Amino acid sequence: MKDDQKGAPRTMPIQSATFSNPVNAEIRRAAATGIYDIRGGGAKRKLPHFDDLLFLGASISRYPLEGYRERCDTNVTLGTRFAKNPIQLDIPVTIAGMSFGALSGGAKEALGRGATMAGTSTTTGDGGMTEEERGHSNKLVYQYLPSRYGMNPDDLRRCDAIEIVVGQGAKPGGGGMLLGQKISDRVAEMRNLPKGIDQRSACRHPDWTGPDDLEIKILELREITNWEKPIYIKVGGARPYFDTTLAVKAGADVVVLDGMQGGTAATQDVFIEHVGQPILACIREAVRALQDLDMHREVQLVVSGGIRTGADVAKAMALGADAVAIGTAALIALGDNDPKWEAEYNALGTTAGAYDDWHEGQDPAGITTQDPELMKRFDPIEGGRRLNNYLKVMTLEAQTIARACGKNHLHNLEPEDLCAVTLEAAAMAKIPLAGTDWYPGKPGTSY
Amino acid sequence: MQTFDLEAQGLRALNSTLHAQADNTNQTHWEIVNPKGSHAIAVGLDAPIEVNIKGSTGYYCAGMNKQATVHVHGSVGPGTAENMMSGMVVVEGDASQYAGATGHGGTLVIKGNASSRCGISMKGIDIIVHGNIGHMSAFMAQSGNLVVCGDAGEALGDSLYEARLFVRGSVKSLGADCIEKEMRPEHIALLEELLERGGCDANASEFKRYGSARKLYNFNIDNAY
Ligand SMILES: Cc1cc2nc3c(=O)[nH]c(=O)nc-3n(C[C@H](O)[C@H](O)[C@H](O)COP(=O)(O)O)c2cc1C
Repeated sequence: MKDDQKGAPRTMPIQSATFSNPVNAEIRRAAATGIYDIRGGGAKRKLPHFDDLLFLGASISRYPLEGYRERCDTNVTLGTRFAKNPIQLDIPVTIAGMSFGALSGGAKEALGRGATMAGTSTTTGDGGMTEEERGHSNKLVYQYLPSRYGMNPDDLRRCDAIEIVVGQGAKPGGGGMLLGQKISDRVAEMRNLPKGIDQRSACRHPDWTGPDDLEIKILELREITNWEKPIYIKVGGARPYFDTTLAVKAGADVVVLDGMQGGTAATQDVFIEHVGQPILACIREAVRALQDLDMHREVQLVVSGGIRTGADVAKAMALGADAVAIGTAALIALGDNDPKWEAEYNALGTTAGAYDDWHEGQDPAGITTQDPELMKRFDPIEGGRRLNNYLKVMTLEAQTIARACGKNHLHNLEPEDLCAVTLEAAAMAKIPLAGTDWYPGKPGTSY
Repeated sequence: MQTFDLEAQGLRALNSTLHAQADNTNQTHWEIVNPKGSHAIAVGLDAPIEVNIKGSTGYYCAGMNKQATVHVHGSVGPGTAENMMSGMVVVEGDASQYAGATGHGGTLVIKGNASSRCGISMKGIDIIVHGNIGHMSAFMAQSGNLVVCGDAGEALGDSLYEARLFVRGSVKSLGADCIEKEMRPEHIALLEELLERGGCDANASEFKRYGSARKLYNFNIDNAY
């Protein structure tokens, strides 16, 4: 506190809530460099989320199941609408698409190992299919992306499902970027591009535009693969009612809906933080679209974007999802952002838990890198074991909640099992505010 | 020669019959009649067979082709030979948008004109167009060769990577990072081979070559941090 000449007290220096330190630092960074910030991860701002919902549990009117003894099933089948070979999973938590290039080969292997042990699927990403993940994934979903890097009919035929990526929650409407630092010989070869140059992934598919074209594209993919593979359509959380409706119209077997908290390998910060809707606001709208088409449970809904715990899984399913997908949480389970690398995070100007410069390829944990020395730090077998453990814990947690709600299958969780602790969450999830039977916008109410 | 009536026998039967042909099949010649603009005709083939389509097709004809030679005696809808890996696709008529999109290999010959976005995101395919091509062709084209005997529309080769573009006629405008480049003897030799493969008697010396200025390859170093 500065002293005034008369010794009278002065006001405290007050930091502006609008011009906060991080905001000012970003203004200075932009002024110094002339380039926007690119980073990995998802939205860091606080948003209405699953934490704002609670389960009610059993009571006199609801009968619980015995905690560890009574059955509570967790299996899910994806792709029952048209595919000859739907995917059967033991648990409703899948591994989201993450590109080889963004992740090391060892990390992809670990995801395959962990997912397979847990009885679930993993997903390729931009950059094509690697032997590591095909070899170690019992169920592998092959992404069909705008870039078509590494796309080929042989991999289409040896995958277990095809996911047409229209958008991602972190960047609905945005393309991708893999910076030159991460373009090793192997990554370059898989993508047919020179080593060391920045690789852009287009934001739109090169050979179809609207939903009518998409329907024909799906026909082509089904014809190539003998109508065997489930076809998923992945959309970012933008207009979930219409996107789900159009995906179903185009012939999807499964809709994958990724909210704005969803992680990315590398995107402009402004995009991550300012475009798209939180997943909480998307699920009920997508379910409403499916119900309006009489397709709920016939076309499965997989949701993602900030799923961390079995409680999140149970809440997403209670809102009507058939399964969830995880990206960031899976990487953390593998060892990303682990405080044991704190000294090295500090050397990169950051701290464990906040490290998001995945695109620079210097990940101390050896996961989001193509640097052979850093990659050696990561053990895919141990990584797989950790991921399996984590998936098991999530499943046990979700079962615990489901049993408490009297449900013998996770799919039987329902909106009536929930209440909301904030008005925002009540409105977005169409779940009554705790202590009331009301949520904003509830039909039959006037406010 | 085997004849297949698409209208009578249906698309599923057609593609599964063609997929059943292995490397050593004796039934190497196929004729498809009554295509009537159907989509996804002869997609995902993977055998050294020759397929003649008697008429015009809809979207994605010969998509993801490997090894096979597909000859369309008519015009094709959008995305013909998309993501082709190898083999050859010949179109006697015109091609709609996105012809040869993301093709990784093989040869696509279009004897008429091609619409917009011809060769978009191409990754190794060779495309020879006897007529003109539309706007935004070879957008983000990564590798392979695009030969145009007529004129090219607006924004040719926008955000181009390493694909080579040869145009005999006029170019309405070049896209970002696409520039005219010197025609050296090795390019003339390459172009002569492509023209011959494409059944085109144009003279290689009349073409101009376009390629990437490579300025979009990395963030401007002044801006790097
Ligand atoms: C490192 C990383 C790479 C990713 N790569 C892709 C990709 O190639 N294709 C894609 O559709 N989504 C990609 N995503 C998004 C995920 O598929 C998923 O939508 C998202 O991670 C889910 O949100 P969560 O991270 O909060 O679990 C990536 C995410 C991460 C963290």
